[in-house]
Amino acid sequence: MTRKQIVLGAYFPGVNHDTVWSDPASGSHIAWESFEQWARTAERGGLDLLFLAEGLRLRTRGGEIFDQDVVGRPDTFTVLAALAAVTEHIGLAGTINSTYNEPYELARKFATLDILSGGRAAWNVVTSSDAPTGENFRRGAYLGHHQRYERAGETLAAVRALWDSWGSGAVVADQASGEFLSDARVGDFALSGNQFDIAGRFSTPRSPQGHPVILQAGESPAGRDFAAANADAIFSRYQRFDEARAFYDDVKARVRRAGRDPHEVRILPSAGVVLGDTDAEARERHEHIHDLQVDPWTSIVLAEMVWNRDLSSYDPDGPLPDVDPTPEAPRWIEGRAPLTQDPHATAAAWREIAAANGFSLRETVKHVFDRAVFVGTPEHVADEIDRYVQSDASDGFILGSHVTPSGLDEIVERVVPILQERGVFRTGYDGGTLRENLGLAPPARFGERRNSGRRAAVAS
Amino acid sequence: MSAPDTSVPPASPLHLAVAFDGTGWHPAAWREPGTRPGELFTARHWVQLARTAERGLLDLITIEDGLGLQSGDHLAEPERRTDRVQGRLDASLVAAFLAPLTSRIGLVPTVTTTHTEPFHVASALATLDHDSHGRAGWRVQTSVRADEAAHFGRRQIPAVGRSELDTPRGRALVAELFGEAAEVVDTVRRLWDSWEDGAEIRDALTGRFVDRDRLHTVDVEAAHFAVRGPSIVPRPPQGQPLVASLSHGYEPSLLAARVGDVVFTTPHDADDAARVVDQVRTAERAAGRTAPPLRILADLVVVLAGTEAGARDRLARLDARDPLSSDALVVATTPAGLADRLLDWRAAGLDGYRLRPAVLPTDLDAIVDGLVPELQRRGAFRTGYAETGLRERFGLPRPTSRYAPRSGSATVPALLPGLAPVPAPTTTGSPA
Repeated sequence: MTRKQIVLGAYFPGVNHDTVWSDPASGSHIAWESFEQWARTAERGGLDLLFLAEGLRLRTRGGEIFDQDVVGRPDTFTVLAALAAVTEHIGLAGTINSTYNEPYELARKFATLDILSGGRAAWNVVTSSDAPTGENFRRGAYLGHHQRYERAGETLAAVRALWDSWGSGAVVADQASGEFLSDARVGDFALSGNQFDIAGRFSTPRSPQGHPVILQAGESPAGRDFAAANADAIFSRYQRFDEARAFYDDVKARVRRAGRDPHEVRILPSAGVVLGDTDAEARERHEHIHDLQVDPWTSIVLAEMVWNRDLSSYDPDGPLPDVDPTPEAPRWIEGRAPLTQDPHATAAAWREIAAANGFSLRETVKHVFDRAVFVGTPEHVADEIDRYVQSDASDGFILGSHVTPSGLDEIVERVVPILQERGVFRTGYDGGTLRENLGLAPPARFGERRNSGRRAAVAS
Repeated sequence: MSAPDTSVPPASPLHLAVAFDGTGWHPAAWREPGTRPGELFTARHWVQLARTAERGLLDLITIEDGLGLQSGDHLAEPERRTDRVQGRLDASLVAAFLAPLTSRIGLVPTVTTTHTEPFHVASALATLDHDSHGRAGWRVQTSVRADEAAHFGRRQIPAVGRSELDTPRGRALVAELFGEAAEVVDTVRRLWDSWEDGAEIRDALTGRFVDRDRLHTVDVEAAHFAVRGPSIVPRPPQGQPLVASLSHGYEPSLLAARVGDVVFTTPHDADDAARVVDQVRTAERAAGRTAPPLRILADLVVVLAGTEAGARDRLARLDARDPLSSDALVVATTPAGLADRLLDWRAAGLDGYRLRPAVLPTDLDAIVDGLVPELQRRGAFRTGYAETGLRERFGLPRPTSRYAPRSGSATVPALLPGLAPVPAPTTTGSPA
């Protein structure tokens, strides 16, 4: 039986408590050199794609800029375009918000990135999670959950229509005949829906992939359906084997229900990796890193994200707060995606964990936020990655480490070669585009594909 | 080629920029031998041009852009022609791509102010400045076309033809778009200032990554946009990337005077150059400018050849195919003839030139291999890059963040004059 080939990506350890900026090995989260080093390492390892998150406002806690975590990050598109210049094969994926960007600009920027990179662009489509981000944009207003997904669906449909509006051979550039374009109507589009009413001519020719790869991270049922209907690959944070299997089954079933072949969609949980020469050494190292990631103060802040109130008077080494969450109060921590849709249920679950294990507040939070999925020797980690993939708990992983940017080095140097020896990971890039490297079919022309923006139509 | 002219005392060197658009500024350029129209939408096209310009020690490159397809007239909707170059890549991403592949030349993409989000624009250009180690600039442009507004569907912009510019309707539209452009640039500059230098402290002892007292909201409420801030990107290496805009008249000069560092102008002869310089200085006074004076570069479309006749023949051949109509003067000459003209006009008070090669790479090669050595022989152009930062190259100081505390002042000072109304223009200009 053929073994599934593993998809591997790397996320840039930018913000969040996963990255430990106080580690002496940690470099800048802004400087170009950090991104370049990280990208070159990933490509040296033959990884499928790089993944950059996006920030549209600084985080605040109780109305004050939250200064304990990494604060600030560079513009996603700009860094990806620069990385396109110093890499040759690896996919370049960016999280870009569909709430505060317009389809015309999104389509141009991704088409440009795809052209400059020779077909390596990928878009992780996200919707905005909180109202104050809107204070930085013309739109300026908060969209409710339903409207955000409607806008995301219409945005994606519109962007795809724009990508399709130039034929593959539209640019002839025949100096002898004087024909630059093959058709005077190239670029025509007209789209209308509840969120957009736009028309005109798109200004960028069709890119090598036709459609850059679409990534999604769906959590809620609506999010999972949107991803199942639209995405080429789906991120998840379901990392433990059983929950990963459950997510995989659920989403692949949704893909089937959306009328698509489940093999067309890759499911990629994010995963932290901690290596050691022995399992014991790796566990010890993980304990040390995890202590730094969820330090006493961070454990309070993460609990505040559930309780939505100031918990600074609580002792991290004491019990969980004896008060209830106040989800109806104004957001205590802004600029960060909520941890839960149901704070009361989450608080109850945390209390159960604490009671069952005799955990303090901080121990409970550490238990819940252990992002290091794979801890052990390189052999053990390679075994585990392979087991998840061959057992259909995932199609691969988006890997991270707590150190920016050099944390990826040891994964590439010690784990990847083992996967290559086993024949489950590439030893060189054969495909020309990210789509080809991921084994995805060329995109259907707009209208030939089922998606949530069906009311949109192309004029030409 | 002329012999070195030692009788002229060396003046301050010229600034020389080059403007890239497609396969060159002449509509027939893409038909010329030596051009690579089939590579226009590839990375290679841009890398080769940028590296050539850097080899020529030029100050900066600008990259044209727009939110609609090219048209023969900046104000007009594109004709559905299939015999001209149509289509563009996003200029800011092209500039980003070029950043790690070049090391000294300034990278100045065109980014419009009309439909874009100031927050995104500020982030993108600040990041370009980080990634290029201080070589980023911004060519500010308004988006005046009705068809471009329809691409966004948020706002209607009436179709106004060139002949209607000097009507009340045309003047109102120009005033609105340029007023908004000034607000957008000012907002972007505020966002660049919103992180004071050194705000990232990484103080492991206290667990503080940033000093939040050195981060500031900008709280801008304009007619068409609002931004709270602070920026998501730490302050760029130059403090503020170089801001440039094109001016054909008073209104655009006013925009430059209010919020710019460099202004591109389009004089047609030496007297006109003096008039243009005067107009810019008048606009600076009207705007109450307190920043360093605008650096004034004159735009010329250039067609170069080894002989005057050869250059005229080249232009005639191009025009026979598809005549060029240009806002800037079209100069068909030898590199030495061009050098004469550049040095002659400079007396009007110009700081330098932005050359628009009629054909790429042909006329760029002639600039780098013909004009530059000619100017160097005359002591009028640098023989190596001295500075790394783009502002520094223009002798512009690195701005202190307007939010940084200053001794003896409790208020937040504005680096640039505020955006209060300025006296009505006595003449009308056309949009950049």
